[in-house]
Amino acid sequence: MSTDLQFDPIRLPSECDALRAEVRAFLAEEIAAGTFDPHQPGHGDSHNRGFSRRVGAKGWIGMTWPKQYGGHERSQLERYVVTEEFRAAGAPAHLHFVADRQSGPILLKYAPEHIKKDILPRICRGELCFAIGMSEPGSGSDLFAAKTKATKTDGGWHINGSKIWTTSAHIADYMLGLFRTSPPTKENRRHGLTQFLVDMKTPGITVNPIYQMAGNRGFNEVVFENTFVPDDYVMGEIDGAWKQATSELAYERSGPERFLETFYVLLELIRVLGPEPDLRSAEGLGRLVAQLHTLRRMSVSVAGMLQAGKEPVVEGSIVKDLGTIWEQKLPGRVRELTAFLEPEVANRASLADQLAFATMVAPKLTIQGGTTEILRGIIARGLGLR
Amino acid sequence: MLSGGRPVKHYALSVPLAKQRFLGNCPAWVQLANGSAYPHDGRLGKRQRGYCRLGAQTGANEVVAEEASTIITETAKRIFADFADPQTINQAKSRAWTEPLWRALSDAGLPLAWVPDTLGGAGASLADGFAILGVAGRFALAVPLAETLAAGWLLARAGLEVPTTPMTLAPVRPHDRIAFDADGTLSGRAIGVPFAQDCQHIVALADSGGQQRIALVEVKDCRLSEGRNLAGDAANTVTFEHIKPLSSAPAPNGFDRSALMLMGSAIRSIETAGALETILSLSVSYANERIAFGRPIGKFQAVQQNLARLAGEVAAALAVAGSAADTITQADTFDDAVFLEAASAKIRTAEAAAEGSAIAHQVFGAIGFTQEHVLHRFTLRMLSWRDDFGNESYWAAELGKHVAGRGADEFWPLVASR
Repeated sequence: MSTDLQFDPIRLPSECDALRAEVRAFLAEEIAAGTFDPHQPGHGDSHNRGFSRRVGAKGWIGMTWPKQYGGHERSQLERYVVTEEFRAAGAPAHLHFVADRQSGPILLKYAPEHIKKDILPRICRGELCFAIGMSEPGSGSDLFAAKTKATKTDGGWHINGSKIWTTSAHIADYMLGLFRTSPPTKENRRHGLTQFLVDMKTPGITVNPIYQMAGNRGFNEVVFENTFVPDDYVMGEIDGAWKQATSELAYERSGPERFLETFYVLLELIRVLGPEPDLRSAEGLGRLVAQLHTLRRMSVSVAGMLQAGKEPVVEGSIVKDLGTIWEQKLPGRVRELTAFLEPEVANRASLADQLAFATMVAPKLTIQGGTTEILRGIIARGLGLR
Repeated sequence: MLSGGRPVKHYALSVPLAKQRFLGNCPAWVQLANGSAYPHDGRLGKRQRGYCRLGAQTGANEVVAEEASTIITETAKRIFADFADPQTINQAKSRAWTEPLWRALSDAGLPLAWVPDTLGGAGASLADGFAILGVAGRFALAVPLAETLAAGWLLARAGLEVPTTPMTLAPVRPHDRIAFDADGTLSGRAIGVPFAQDCQHIVALADSGGQQRIALVEVKDCRLSEGRNLAGDAANTVTFEHIKPLSSAPAPNGFDRSALMLMGSAIRSIETAGALETILSLSVSYANERIAFGRPIGKFQAVQQNLARLAGEVAAALAVAGSAADTITQADTFDDAVFLEAASAKIRTAEAAAEGSAIAHQVFGAIGFTQEHVLHRFTLRMLSWRDDFGNESYWAAELGKHVAGRGADEFWPLVASR
């Protein structure tokens, strides 16, 4: 509990430069081949199996994992470079991204050897999509109120209940989910939940689409009816999932995906302002640039501290809090800064399209992966206030 | 007026000692590194036996350099705690406290930290100097330490002799001009020159027929108008009317007014981040102590959310200022990378100063805006620092023009250049 915050000024090591050039060349080829259009966010599928396999073939999934599981034993900072280049370009990396960021590391830590040997190399090849089963119809931010049950049976567990707002469940190969194996205790209301790996092809799983207001199938409801999960799919301690969550949070919350989600509208702003913007637009743009630069340096700093073996949980939460609020407000700022442009410029189809899409996507940014309120609670706890 | 440095070494942990690299030759060093040779009153006593000279820097000595940096900041911290404790000087009726403070700083070699030892300074690295200024920010230091550091750095870079007096520098506003006349005298005006009336010398960056020169000027030769910033520190308009400088030389390596503004911006950003660190610590302590409605106000979610936002502003300021300072320590010239870093740092730390000040004052309630309470020493000072070396609106417009001029395709490569 301390008010001392640390953001070391990390310098990306020189091996990152060559890697970055390679990633940019790869993305330019993919754009040229029509895999995705960086100017058309929300158009086309953000899950692209062919693309993910090609990314895997380049060695850019599971970059930091041990070679024996198909990983590449590269640094967090190299992974950072790949992630930010993909995000800045709007590359369709959703299929493998969750597995790369958080599911793989959980398997590395808790899965039995034969499962690691089986699944991790396939993640690295870009073949597998993971979903995260946390929220339920009656519990969201209050994670440990989850009710979906796992009941012990011969050789495994039966799952009954449902998860909701589950991103990618309709195409996911596996889910890492939290299920109730015991009731909470008086002393510890977080007790009783266990983390399971679930093969999404198991009988007894129904995935129902939920469309978001932006028109995309962002997430799903996943219903479990006597779904069997074998014993070796238990990840970590039975009833003790609450002990396992914290250290991964810094990874999950501090990456470039936490401030680059609406980046395309900033690029479009620069395009429509042209090389000689008026003073008001120039100042507005300059502030956005300074804010973005700051967020990126914070995020790189957290990556560097993680690489150095530190656990900057509070710092990571701060990056997500500031980053998601910034990317959420960005469409509104761009709207204001283009308000006085000549009508034909301001109404340029791509600007209008991008603003419309970004405006509809914006509300989710401060909800997914830990709401603003939850993050600030974590930060307040870190400061010694609770 | 502050006196110059004197040779009495009360704070013997001077920078030359801390910077020395010959572990074997200087047994005191080892003891210093583990803290045992440095009693609380900051006196080294008999162990202080001259200075071991600065050795050659090699990669193998990086750990030593890191420890040296820690010792430098610890020295600064102890001097500030002993002579510039915000609580104590907030009640002071005069500026008499600045005398012993400046003497202690001078004895420890801190004001001339950025001047090589061949020119009479301490020869510390840029990084060490920025670290000292971060600590100064945490104390909301109200003497021209940052200004003297920067002035000494400018003189040294121009190869000029460096006085051991408190110094400030001009211009500090981007549109102010000082120029050499044909007869070799200086004319022009600089607004808001920090601590000008408390200093003996001003280091000016002046235009000389299209060339930039660094000039050393005596304050008494200039015309000063009375002026104070929000925090009550002197901030004078300095008018140069055919002033004959004590010395001058061409500015080094393309160093121009824009570079001066960027360096000053990095300095103010580091100080602001330091002030914000203290503001956060004060605010959290107060929220944990102050009882309202039967419990500490820090237990209310509304207050917790505000303090979490404050932490976010502190974090942003620390990260961007630290990054800018680090970039300058690595740069050969004030290039595009330094421009992005230092301009962003000034913009974002100024925003953090405004936001952070508002939140902290909200947490403290009425007592926070009394003269008696120390909070204003930090909030008003950092709000004032926004105006030095280009305010956030100025730099935002400059940065916006720069980015727009490069075009959308060149934007991400600029952001991701480091």
